[in-house]
Amino acid sequence: MKNYFMGLAVSALMVGAAAAEEMKLAVTTSFHNSGLSEILLPAIKEDLGLEVQLLVVGTGQALRLGAAGDVDAILVHSRKAEEAFLADGNGTHRREIMYNDFVFIGPVADTAGIKDAQTAAEALSQIAATEAIFVSRGDDSGTHKKELSLWSAAGQTVDDFGDWYRAVGAGMGAALNTAAGMDAYIIADRASWLNFHNKGGLSLLFSGDPVLFNQYAYIPVSPEKHTHVNKDAAQKLEDWLVSGRAKQLIDAYEINGEALFVFNAKE
Amino acid sequence: MTMFPLIAKGATVRRRGKVLVGPVDLTLGQTGTTMVIGPNGAGKTTLLKLLHCIERMNGGTLDWACPVAEAQQRQAFVFQTPVMLRRNVRDNIAYPLLLTKTPRAEARARAEDWAGRVGLGDAVMRPAHLLSGGERQKLALARALIRAPEVLFLDEPCASLDGRATREIEEILLGVAARGTRIIMSTHNMGQAQRLGSEVIFVLGGRIHEYSPAQDFFAEPQTEQARAFLRGDIVE
Amino acid sequence: MTDIWSGLTQAFWLLATLDADLVEITLRSLKVTLSALAVASLIAFPLAALISVRRFRLRRFTISVLNALMGLPPVVVGLVVYVLLSRSGPFGVLGLLFTPTAMIIAQVIIVVPLIASIAHQSLRELWSDYHDLLISMNTTKRQRIQTLLWDGRRALLTAALAGFGRAIGEVGAIMIVGGNIDHATRVLTTAIALETGKGDFALALGLGFVLIAMALFVNLMIHWLSHTESEGRW
Repeated sequence: MKNYFMGLAVSALMVGAAAAEEMKLAVTTSFHNSGLSEILLPAIKEDLGLEVQLLVVGTGQALRLGAAGDVDAILVHSRKAEEAFLADGNGTHRREIMYNDFVFIGPVADTAGIKDAQTAAEALSQIAATEAIFVSRGDDSGTHKKELSLWSAAGQTVDDFGDWYRAVGAGMGAALNTAAGMDAYIIADRASWLNFHNKGGLSLLFSGDPVLFNQYAYIPVSPEKHTHVNKDAAQKLEDWLVSGRAKQLIDAYEINGEALFVFNAKE
Repeated sequence: MTMFPLIAKGATVRRRGKVLVGPVDLTLGQTGTTMVIGPNGAGKTTLLKLLHCIERMNGGTLDWACPVAEAQQRQAFVFQTPVMLRRNVRDNIAYPLLLTKTPRAEARARAEDWAGRVGLGDAVMRPAHLLSGGERQKLALARALIRAPEVLFLDEPCASLDGRATREIEEILLGVAARGTRIIMSTHNMGQAQRLGSEVIFVLGGRIHEYSPAQDFFAEPQTEQARAFLRGDIVE
Repeated sequence: MTDIWSGLTQAFWLLATLDADLVEITLRSLKVTLSALAVASLIAFPLAALISVRRFRLRRFTISVLNALMGLPPVVVGLVVYVLLSRSGPFGVLGLLFTPTAMIIAQVIIVVPLIASIAHQSLRELWSDYHDLLISMNTTKRQRIQTLLWDGRRALLTAALAGFGRAIGEVGAIMIVGGNIDHATRVLTTAIALETGKGDFALALGLGFVLIAMALFVNLMIHWLSHTESEGRW
């Protein structure tokens, strides 16, 4: 019995040194929840023989992972934070790949009446005016940052909100679960919403304002700062992500007949 | 090198400010079978443990004629409530041999031999905790004797046994003594003390009240307290 | 209620069809936790025996610390291990972050105090039984520890099982240090957290039932093994 355990321990210790080429990519929850990775990763493996290991985290943590050198590249959607990341010398460059959009989710009854709003700012102002319960990610993720910028564009100050504004400090799925439980309003990326199984009494109420577009960018971690990063694999992956093959797969990806992403990388 | 004589001078055991035993002045010689007797609470057990050097002393000296560790190696102690290791009878008896790096097969064979000699031959594979009181004492005895001790301490080995089991234990002890093992034991059974003992230590209030040859002690005790004790009166 | 029912059916079908992903993450869960358990036991058992047998100056203090550490929040352990193993941390050069090894390290830290504490409680009792005899036989410290560990093996098994229960159901620490990477560090608990995040309660519950069943199975198997191994009931 003891020998058996020892064998397990030893084999477990050796897992880190597997043979196939691997790289670690930090991606945001919203990207992963879209299900697109399940289409792209096998294709990448097939075309490049590259095993991409995804670390699914918020944008804030993804940037930290890149800065610490714990991943080889990141794929995130928060332009300001990305630029700061580059300015600190953590990455080599920023490559735009594709975009999707954010949508406003709320109770079917739409107590704040945002369905007929013309702009995202108008919808938010109505939520604030009626003090309808609103769930915020509150976790410093890309979606959270986007939400905060939308509030300030609507002339609202989040710090002044009453207790109808609930910052849950959780990922997209957990926040959606919370919103479903409270019949609350929430901002989500379209992919997470479409893939979400526990919709309860919620429905999609507002979308389409261009300010809600959500640009994804790929940033390889700087090999000068972290000499151990797998920069060849990161380069290979980048070349693949901007290729015609990726364009075809990304543009063709649909959930319930709805396209989610628009490929916009420049060669 | 002989362990004897044992010389104790003012040896004292104190616990929580109370003197349990001592001061003890005693010289024990190479030969004989020593019976430690006295009323409950007189300090018999503590005295035996003190002589075996497993009781911490608070004063005085106690010296065997060889280093303590060596003396302990050449002695064995059978406790009033025998400690049953959580193993079967054979492995309990073999335990002391395994400590001294005897090969396992040899240790087990010798243990089975000893189990037979003390009358536990049928029980070698039984878990020790399933034994009766008498069988436990026999096991403890076999486990002590397998080390071929030169000195054997026993603390009331027959305290809770019936007449038959007592007799069996006594026979084993007589045989052991006849082969030259020095026995030092405590007992409440005066008949047993007379049957086995060649000398008597009478303990009272933690002190050695009388130390004399067994014949003399039982024929003509020196002190009033010893006479009272032998009569069965209460002595303080 | 419908969620629980569909969770049960999902669990049944996952098991009945031996779903490849399920088998993979279940085996990984077992591998990580059993490895952690083996390492933790190698540390905790001798430690427990040592503090039962030896009277050193900081003994009481050590025992209190162990008892306090039993309640160590896994998230904090995970965070500390994460910071230590991160490329910019002191052990970054080893490249262990986001590997099963990192998860094993975190679980070892979480269960060692638990196993040592439970083991110590029963070994201390055993030692008070054995004390006089072993002292009288002039045993060395090493022999005393060996004897306690061997004769107390049943109690140690119980302690190890408690450790297994804590480690196999743990999610906070291994999520942080393992990263829940598909086909690399995803285990049952992190998969459950992931499916819950997606709002797929039925699948999450299904995985949960598999986890419970596995914990039960391992417990029963170890008990059965230890029964057949020893005649009598030590």
